Amino acid sequence: MAVRRILILFAHPVLERSRVNVRLADAVRGLDGVTLHDLYETYPAMHLDVKREQALLLAHDVIVFQHPFYWYSAPAIMKEWQDLVLEHGWAYGAGGHHLDGKITFNVISTGGPEHAYRHDGYNRYTMRELLTPWDQTAHLCRMRFLAPFVVHAALRVTKDDPLAGPCEAYRRLLEALRDDRLDLDRAAAAERLDPIVDELITTRASA
Amino acid sequence: MTDSVLVQAFIYLAAAVIGVPIAKKLGLGSVLGYLLAGVAIGPWALGLVGTEGHHVMHFAEFGVVMMLFLVGLELRPSLLWELRRPILGLGGAQVALTIAVATGGALVLGVAWKPALAVGMILAMSSTAIVLSTLAEKGLLKSQGGQSSFSVLLFQDIAVIPILAIFPLLGVAAAADPAAAATDDAGRPAWLQALILIGSVTGVVAGGIFLVRPLFRLMAEIKVRESFTAAALLLVVGIALLMQQAGLSPALGTFLAGVVLAESEYRHELESDIEPFKGLLLGLFFISVGAQIDFGLIGDEPLTITGLVVGVMALKFAVLYGLARWFRLGRTARWLFALGLCQVGEFAFVLISFGVQSRVFGAELAGPLVATVAMSMILTPVVFVALERWILPWATDDAADRPADEIAHADAPVVIAGYGRFGQIIGRKLIANGIRPTVLDLDPEMIDVLGRLGMKTYYGDASRPALLHAAGCAHAKLFILAVDEVNASLEIAETVQKHFPKLTIYARARDRIHYFRLRRLGVQHVWRETFGSSYEVGIEALRGLGYRAHTAHRLARRWRDHDERALEELAQMWGRTEGDVYFAAARRALEESERLMREEDPRTYGDRDGAWNNESLRADLASRAAGTSEARTAPDTPTT
Ligand SMILES: Cc1cc2nc3c(=O)[nH]c(=O)nc-3n(C[C@H](O)[C@H](O)[C@H](O)COP(=O)(O)O)c2cc1C
Repeated sequence: MAVRRILILFAHPVLERSRVNVRLADAVRGLDGVTLHDLYETYPAMHLDVKREQALLLAHDVIVFQHPFYWYSAPAIMKEWQDLVLEHGWAYGAGGHHLDGKITFNVISTGGPEHAYRHDGYNRYTMRELLTPWDQTAHLCRMRFLAPFVVHAALRVTKDDPLAGPCEAYRRLLEALRDDRLDLDRAAAAERLDPIVDELITTRASA
Repeated sequence: MTDSVLVQAFIYLAAAVIGVPIAKKLGLGSVLGYLLAGVAIGPWALGLVGTEGHHVMHFAEFGVVMMLFLVGLELRPSLLWELRRPILGLGGAQVALTIAVATGGALVLGVAWKPALAVGMILAMSSTAIVLSTLAEKGLLKSQGGQSSFSVLLFQDIAVIPILAIFPLLGVAAAADPAAAATDDAGRPAWLQALILIGSVTGVVAGGIFLVRPLFRLMAEIKVRESFTAAALLLVVGIALLMQQAGLSPALGTFLAGVVLAESEYRHELESDIEPFKGLLLGLFFISVGAQIDFGLIGDEPLTITGLVVGVMALKFAVLYGLARWFRLGRTARWLFALGLCQVGEFAFVLISFGVQSRVFGAELAGPLVATVAMSMILTPVVFVALERWILPWATDDAADRPADEIAHADAPVVIAGYGRFGQIIGRKLIANGIRPTVLDLDPEMIDVLGRLGMKTYYGDASRPALLHAAGCAHAKLFILAVDEVNASLEIAETVQKHFPKLTIYARARDRIHYFRLRRLGVQHVWRETFGSSYEVGIEALRGLGYRAHTAHRLARRWRDHDERALEELAQMWGRTEGDVYFAAARRALEESERLMREEDPRTYGDRDGAWNNESLRADLASRAAGTSEARTAPDTPTT
């Protein structure tokens, strides 16, 4: 039974050259209760329709930001989206209660391998640490921030690799979230979701 | 001395050429210029024209006929229908009340009741010729006061017909021979007259609908300009003749024909063909009115004539002003309407001579009447000047609708020349952002529509510095040159640059050559008129072929930048280098943009967006031992 509706805000400026994000997107596109919203395709000139974006947010319970990791953050349109859509008085501040209680997290592909995102790795910080601004943004909007779902070493993925493992995990994660079969407390506290998806899925709805 | 036609023509034309500019420079309007020129060449001043002035006037009256034809052309039947209330109500009331009051006045002065009634009817007329051309010249025709004036004038023109029918009944002859009462001067019985009347009107309408089009299509096809002009004149003259034969007012007949043709595709052509004739003839008419004034009579009885002129104008004014209040015209409109129409019109001359002919009254009444009418006409332009200088600034409308009008006029930061498909989109966009542009256009219909939408619009040729001044070019920041005609566009660009060197021009170019010529004139900002929409469709075409939207957009943008650069290079070269060199450059530019597009094939996409190209990163990765030895996976220095 679909309990939560999921909105994937998807950003990739050159999807035709993507190996990871394109497959992840294909894996969840059309899932019951899931809306895949392709930002670069919808707003090719980056001119966002704020009202429409806000309406989409209102119509969903889980907001997923799916994107490749670009300069330790997201492609430009996602920043534009944050700047324009998360209005004061709507998303935060006085009267800004429209997003209260919604669940949010990032689905990210990185060029760097897993070991690079450690304190002793060349990227010096963990993924979760690098996502601090997203965490705080969610917090300010009174949303529930979960650990990211990450596909590392995206550049090593070959042309013909179907990426079956991550795709399958991603789909199961969304289905569990949708059906309220995910241990949210653990998901919020975890470092990353991707290695522990199966452990997070409970058989019955959480409290 | 004045017997040869050429000499006469010379005198009248010279009077016009000298008189009108002087009057205009003095801010008096062209009508007064013509009238004063007439006085100057008349028997009481230079004496260059004498009694033949009468004939000239008869001939020149045709200008009024033409003017009504043109007025009709601008009045689509639907608009006429909209005006039915002011025409019948306001017009009818004005004619009836003025007749009553003026007849009463004449009775008081001791005139017998029949001639008094005739005098009343004569004085009820106002001058269509003077008022309409003055209102048009001042751009007041579309205002509330202008529309009301027009409605009343139209009703008066219609009223002339029954008045002409009534006059014989008032005549001495009528009393003696009752049988003649039921006949007009052509000796036709009344029923036949009625039949002829209905027949001619139907004929004009039907002819306008069914005959005129094929005729003009034929004329247009043979492509000889004069023959079109000739056909247009033939049409007007023919209708006038027909109406005269039928005992109707020629002016009314041509007005009707004009209305019928208002919706035809030849309307503008007809307008521009008849316009110069009308202008000249009307000028001639005013000159002959000036030359006709019997200063002898005025000199003999200055007090009587002055009293009559002032009395008649005051009476007419009182009636008009009262009606204007009754019909709830605004303050400005009331004054314009009442002062504008308080003279007696040219139809009075016709009626006076007809009255003498029908022996309604004799010369002892006709003489002072003609002088009074002529003086009131000559005073009208003076009244208009006074109206504009002193009365209108004081008699402004109550707060509500006034300020918008003023602001739009004074502060419009943008002037748009040409409000067709191109200019309109720009205008609408500006208006959507709260900027009211001043619009210049040559299409009266467009201007009509814009005026009703409450938009400041000037009819006129934007290559005339005076019009540009009037449009506020001295204060504007931007001049948007959106006319579609290449030569006109270049001419306007040149004028604007010469007279308003600080004004920035944004220009529409029809094609490359036009673009080059505008650039050569020094216009900095030029857009090819269809480029924008073709460009959009180009993007959509790529999307339709399966390209990602953002990719299609970026590709198009890059191609556009390239194309604009190339065009600019060609513009610099155009006309300065040998044809061969230019064409070689043009060919190179084309090849270049094709190469660019080939490069941007999706299979190679990213060659230029180095930052988004993962290939070099992958190569980098592969060249190192996988794992620990990597320094960093983000590109070192993303190239752009
Ligand atoms: C502009 C740009 C910036 C990038 N910045 C990072 C980065 O900060 N960290 C990282 O691990 N990978 C970085 N990468 C690599 C991308 O994350 C990698 O190309 C992407 O995840 C591949 O996913 P895809 O196959 O869906 O395109 C960057 C790539 C580009 C083009």
